[in-house]
Amino acid sequence: MSKTYYTEDHEWIRVEDGTATVGITNHAQEQLGDLVFVELPETGKSVSKGDAAVVVESVKAASDVYAPADGEITAVNDALSSQPELVNSAAEGEGWLWKMTLADAGQLDGLMDEAAYLAMIG
Amino acid sequence: MGEIDDLNILPLRDMHEAAGAKFGAFAGWSMPLSYPMGVLQEHLHVREKAGLFDISHMRLVLLEGPEAGRAIARACPLLPDAMGEGQSKYTFLLNETAGIIDDLIVTRLGAQRFMVVANASRAAVDLARLREAADPFDCTVTPLDRVLLALQGPMAAAVMRDAGEPVDGLTFMSGKEPRAGWFLTRSGYTGEDGFEIAMPPDEAEALARKLAGDERVAWIGLAARDSLRLEAGLCLYGQDLDEATDPVSAGLLWAIPKDLRGGGDYFGAPALARIIAEGAARKRVGLVPEGRQPVRAGAPLGTGEGEPLGTVTSGGFGPSAGHPVSMGYLPKAFSRPGTAVIAEVRGRPVPMTVVKLPFIQKRSTQD
Repeated sequence: MSKTYYTEDHEWIRVEDGTATVGITNHAQEQLGDLVFVELPETGKSVSKGDAAVVVESVKAASDVYAPADGEITAVNDALSSQPELVNSAAEGEGWLWKMTLADAGQLDGLMDEAAYLAMIG
Repeated sequence: MGEIDDLNILPLRDMHEAAGAKFGAFAGWSMPLSYPMGVLQEHLHVREKAGLFDISHMRLVLLEGPEAGRAIARACPLLPDAMGEGQSKYTFLLNETAGIIDDLIVTRLGAQRFMVVANASRAAVDLARLREAADPFDCTVTPLDRVLLALQGPMAAAVMRDAGEPVDGLTFMSGKEPRAGWFLTRSGYTGEDGFEIAMPPDEAEALARKLAGDERVAWIGLAARDSLRLEAGLCLYGQDLDEATDPVSAGLLWAIPKDLRGGGDYFGAPALARIIAEGAARKRVGLVPEGRQPVRAGAPLGTGEGEPLGTVTSGGFGPSAGHPVSMGYLPKAFSRPGTAVIAEVRGRPVPMTVVKLPFIQKRSTQD
C-alpha cells in the first residue's frame, strides 16, 4: 500500500514500506516549463523539513524543491542528469527526484491528500 | 501567474489569452512569457520556421523637423547625414561618462524624419534625453502609441510576402513607412532574419491574425526571446548593459562611426573618446560552463585561486546551442577565448571557458 501526500510548495511525497519518494507535481512542472537541469543532492545527506534539497532549472529560472519532511536521502534519480525533461513528461512517476527515510512519519499528517491539493491549485 | 494591477496591458491581450499565454511582469508591462508549445520548442521554432512576438512594450519615438538630423547627432554617436533614407542603425544614448543610458535602433525615414525604437524599461529616461537633445533645434519629439509585432525566422520573409506586406527590396537593418501610421523594418533580436512591424493599435488585430494564422508561424513569448538573443550574443539592457558600462567594454565599438571615435558633439563624446584611446579595462565575453548546469545573471566569476574577476550578466540554457550559455564581464587580460574561469553557483564552483560570441551562427547581420 502506498500513500501520496502533497505540500503547499507543490511537492509530492509517496510513502511505501517506510521509504518515501519525492518529486514535484505535474502542476509545478507546467508552471516551470521545460527543465534543462536538475541539481541532485548527495545520497546519505540529512535534510530537515523545509530545506532546499534539489534545484530544478528551466530555460527561464532556477527553483528550489524543499524537503517535505526530516530524514536522510537514500537515493537520487540519476536519469535526470542526462534527461531532466523526464520531470516534464512524468513529474509524478519516472521524473521523481529523490528517495528518503522518514525521521518522523507524523510530519506527513500536516500535508494534503490529492483531493485537497487539486482543490488548492484550483 | 499573478497579475499586478498597475501593469500596462497589451492592446492584443485577448489574442494572447486565447492562444494560452502565460503572463509575467516585465518593465512595467504584463507580457506573454510563453505559450503552450513551451519555451524550448518556441525557441527552436523561430530558428527553423517563423515566430511572432508581441513587443508592444517597446517605445517608438518620432523625431521630425528641419533640424531632426542635428538632434539625432546630439543625442547619439551617429552621423545622420551619412545615413541613407530607410537605413537603420544600432546606437546608444550615453551619459557624461559614456555609460549606456539605453541601446536603440534609429531609422532615417526621410530628410527630416527619424524613428527611434527604445527599450520599455528606459522609455521615460530616453524620452527626456531625446527632448534635451532636440531642445536647441527645430525638431519635435513625439512618442507614438503603437502595437509592435516582430516576425523572426528563416521563413519570415515568405510569410510576410504571403500576407501581402511589402518586404521585397527591404534589406536587413532598413525600414520604411508602408502606410500612414505604420513602420516596418527588417531587423530583430534573435539572430535570425525577420521584421518588426509597428501599427496603430486599432489596425493591429487584422495583421496579427493573418500572421498567427499562417501554419509556419507560432506565437513566441519573452522567455524564448531571451534565450534566442542570448545565443545570438545580443545584449539585454539592464543586464548586459547599464549606465556604468560603456560601448567599448560591451564590445559594441562597431556601432560607433569611425569619425566619431575621437570625439564629437554627441552626449558623452569626450568620455567615450578617452575610453577608446585608453582601452577598456574589462570586456563583455561569451562563457560556456562545463557540464549541464546553467550559470545565470549575477553569478560571480573568479580565478581558480578565488580572486574575483567579474560577474555573469546573462545566462541560461541555449536550446539551439544544446548546452548552457552565458555572457559576462571580465578584465581584459582574462577575456581571450579559451581562458578558464570559475563561476560560483549556489556556493559551488562551476568551471567556465571564455568563448567567442555569438553561440550560434547568425543568419542576420547587424551592420
